[in-house]
Amino acid sequence: MTVPILSVRDLTVEFMARRGTLRALDAISFDIARGEVLGVVGESGAGKSVTGSAIIGLIDPPGRIAGGEVVLSGERIDNLPPDAMRKVRGKRIGMIFQDPLTSLNPLYRISTQLIETIRTHTDLDAVDARKRAIALLDEVGIPAPERRIDGYPHEFSGGMRQRVVIALALCAEPEFIIADEPTTALDVSVQAQIIALIKRLCQERGTSVMLVTHDMGVIAETADRVAVMYAGRIVEIGPVRDVVKQPLHPYAKGLMGAIPSLEGDAERLVQIPGTMPRLQAIPPGCAFNPRCEKAFARCHVERPELVQLGDRKVACHLYDQPLSREKAGIAA
Amino acid sequence: MLAFILRRLFQSLIVMLSVALIAFAMFRFVGDPVNQIVSIDTPQAQVAEIRRSLGLDDAFLVQFGRYIYNAARLEFGVSYQFRLPVISLLGERAPATLELAFCSALFSLAVGIPMGVYTALRRESPLAKLFQAVSLVGISLPTFLIGILLIYLFSVTLGWLPSFGRGEVVKIGSWWTTGLLTSSGLKALILPSVTLGLFQMTLIMRLVRAEMLEVLRADYIKFARARGLKTSAIHFGHALKNTLVPVITIAGLQLGSIIAFAIITETVFQWPGMGQLFLRSVQNVDIPIMAAYLMLISFLFVSINLAVDLLYALVDPRLRATVGV
Amino acid sequence: MSTIPPPTAAPSRWRRFRDSDILASFLKSKVTMVAGLVVLLLFLGAAFSPWLAPTNPFDPATVFLADSMIPPAWQDGGEARFILGTDDQGRDLYSAILYGMRVSLVVGGLGCLLAASIGITLGLLAGYLGGRTDALIMRIADVQLTFPAILIALLIDGVVRGVFPKASREDTAIYVLVISIGLSFWVQYARTIRGSTLIERNKDYVMAARLVGLPAPLIMLRHVLPNVIGPVLVILTINLALAVITEATLSFLGVGLPATQPSLGTLISIGNKYLFSGDWWIVTFPSVTLAALVLAVNLLGDWLRDALNPRLR
Repeated sequence: MTVPILSVRDLTVEFMARRGTLRALDAISFDIARGEVLGVVGESGAGKSVTGSAIIGLIDPPGRIAGGEVVLSGERIDNLPPDAMRKVRGKRIGMIFQDPLTSLNPLYRISTQLIETIRTHTDLDAVDARKRAIALLDEVGIPAPERRIDGYPHEFSGGMRQRVVIALALCAEPEFIIADEPTTALDVSVQAQIIALIKRLCQERGTSVMLVTHDMGVIAETADRVAVMYAGRIVEIGPVRDVVKQPLHPYAKGLMGAIPSLEGDAERLVQIPGTMPRLQAIPPGCAFNPRCEKAFARCHVERPELVQLGDRKVACHLYDQPLSREKAGIAA
Repeated sequence: MLAFILRRLFQSLIVMLSVALIAFAMFRFVGDPVNQIVSIDTPQAQVAEIRRSLGLDDAFLVQFGRYIYNAARLEFGVSYQFRLPVISLLGERAPATLELAFCSALFSLAVGIPMGVYTALRRESPLAKLFQAVSLVGISLPTFLIGILLIYLFSVTLGWLPSFGRGEVVKIGSWWTTGLLTSSGLKALILPSVTLGLFQMTLIMRLVRAEMLEVLRADYIKFARARGLKTSAIHFGHALKNTLVPVITIAGLQLGSIIAFAIITETVFQWPGMGQLFLRSVQNVDIPIMAAYLMLISFLFVSINLAVDLLYALVDPRLRATVGV
Repeated sequence: MSTIPPPTAAPSRWRRFRDSDILASFLKSKVTMVAGLVVLLLFLGAAFSPWLAPTNPFDPATVFLADSMIPPAWQDGGEARFILGTDDQGRDLYSAILYGMRVSLVVGGLGCLLAASIGITLGLLAGYLGGRTDALIMRIADVQLTFPAILIALLIDGVVRGVFPKASREDTAIYVLVISIGLSFWVQYARTIRGSTLIERNKDYVMAARLVGLPAPLIMLRHVLPNVIGPVLVILTINLALAVITEATLSFLGVGLPATQPSLGTLISIGNKYLFSGDWWIVTFPSVTLAALVLAVNLLGDWLRDALNPRLR
């Protein structure tokens, strides 16, 4: 069996608040294989972005990684000293942020930002770094890169800026990329282009991607596997086909039900009643129990663990007994 | 860009004209210029003659126009108390004030910016907290108290530094005098510069700190960190540059108030500058000097404002684009 | 996800800057309590100075030149009847400080009130009438804001002194100061009031009052003013410290109150002359009082602004 590019085990992130500690991530575990695209979905505040920040080591006080480990290509990285971790960032893990309008330093030319990043991680001299930067811009689809490279961020459109951001993330050819809602802030017409670009580049380079989004359409189109998060936990993870077409966890069902499908079938468009609990007020047992139609006594006292069901894992008491598995029509 | 400059120039001109109007009104109506020339027993006819020869019987606008014309040639009339042309009085004291203002501006920037950066980057350290507390005191205390305190400490108690005057000055060219070239001149500059610059320093420190904290939370800083850039490059390159853009404006505008606040410092340290001259003219209601000082200071302020605006546009490419053509 | 709440209304920069320091703000509240106590003590001292002060330092009958330059009671040569020593004219320093503080606070307070009255009037006019009136008032405000208040106060001081006859300068000094401070600090009030008036002007109750045919001055005073006055109270507190500093500075510079009617600034100015002769107490005690007063009022004003969280800035 090949070593996964990224392996996250029981990762827990806590924030120190005025009144006690808030658990933003509660012992989540998942793997990403080489060349694989893992989609991470969930409502705002479910812990998607925190997961990305935790992997790349950018959890700032008052937050901290309280437990678990992050292993990149067999090497544990969550406990690296700051400077060693800095060299992992950008060099081995790239990150793309949500808003291209604010991700680029407005006072520096694109060339400065690219060359600075390239030279931080390679031995190239200024001239070669510039050549590399132009090649990168060309690769991400910026027209006339020799000319555009000396522009300032404000001279680029939103979509073009996101391409620059992607170029910056790819500067040192990282083996793994975290894309944190890379299309949310963009026009719908540009979204598809950016997604296609990320997909193409990663396929060409064999880069693995963790694609954080709340756009199920993007997930369905791009991801190989998908993880559904709720209140700092993974509630369901598995191949994208299974999870999108036939979600098991009641929350995942609600989430998939919330996508309008082109085939009509308007009744499928359901809303999940209520809102996700705030971190200060996560109920005991299953965090989803107040909103779950199928909740029963056990859901209010015992926290469901992720259990393997075929290719996927689900954290729900409906599925962790042989009887209920049969009911779900899945062979254990 | 040209349109922007022209618009700003026009606005500056309006400000200067309104200030000139005030200065003229003071000059013309507060102290009657004739009364300063004649004595009680001057015959009435002679008074009228002087009045006519000074053009005081002309229409208001004519007189105002003449005042501006003269002001543009730096002719502000004759001081009531010294019986000397105002411009030569101001000119001979200008180097002292400008040198003092320059040194304190330098001091406030050179100390204020690093302190602000430090308190932003090491927010929890005891030293940063001490800076914060001291800055609160510095921002509250009146300048003259700080001056007295410094004199008491460094001149009276320790005897390290002089408490008054400019020390030995060297003449450069026809009218400029400098204390920067002699050791006694430099020594004499220290206390007044610190006194004058302390308030601006605390202001700049607090401003840099607040801006820096704001910038450090920005997405592009997080993205820079996610790209693995060196912490020093992020803090002193990306963050500091963005911090300094708004700081330039305030610091530039503060330069104007430094020159104005020099009045107080010059009094405390008996510094032979324009501020002291202005103060004496206020005490003795020497209107020509007051009016001239007002015009001069306004001109400085307006020029500084203009320069700051242009500088701002140069530093920030976004602004360069919006104001540019 | 994190503990930082989602941005609802964009909080002011200052606010966010303050919130970022939980410990500092906690410390601040303790400091605020001390500041409040200091302000209360000093205000009471100023208000009841005729009863608290052992002597009336301005009554020539009780002041003797023979008592001049006596050091504080605990020093060699000090006398129990002059706790903080005496000045160059034999006045009891402790009494002079109490009386001087009273003068400082009265001048500062009256100056603030004058500034507020001017600012409120002009702000209401500018906001309610709009058009040319608004443009003119706000232009003046802009120009004035370019210059530091102390410079403006000095200029006005000089002009007003020129207007009053020479002989009466000692008697009119206090009015000159109040006018100077009032004319130097009105801009902030005018801007705040104008801003809120612009909003209130278009509200239904003002429309209704206009439809009924009430005269404009009545609408402004009765209907608009009560709804826009809130933030002014906070500016008043913060400006009190500034006004006291301005008064002290002018008096220190010799264009404020005369030695016969000293404020804290005048006392410091007198004491400053004796800084080098070793008679440290004459300058030190008034300075410490002024510093404590200004710092405490400032802290209190800051706290008040945060506590009431008005629509400032």
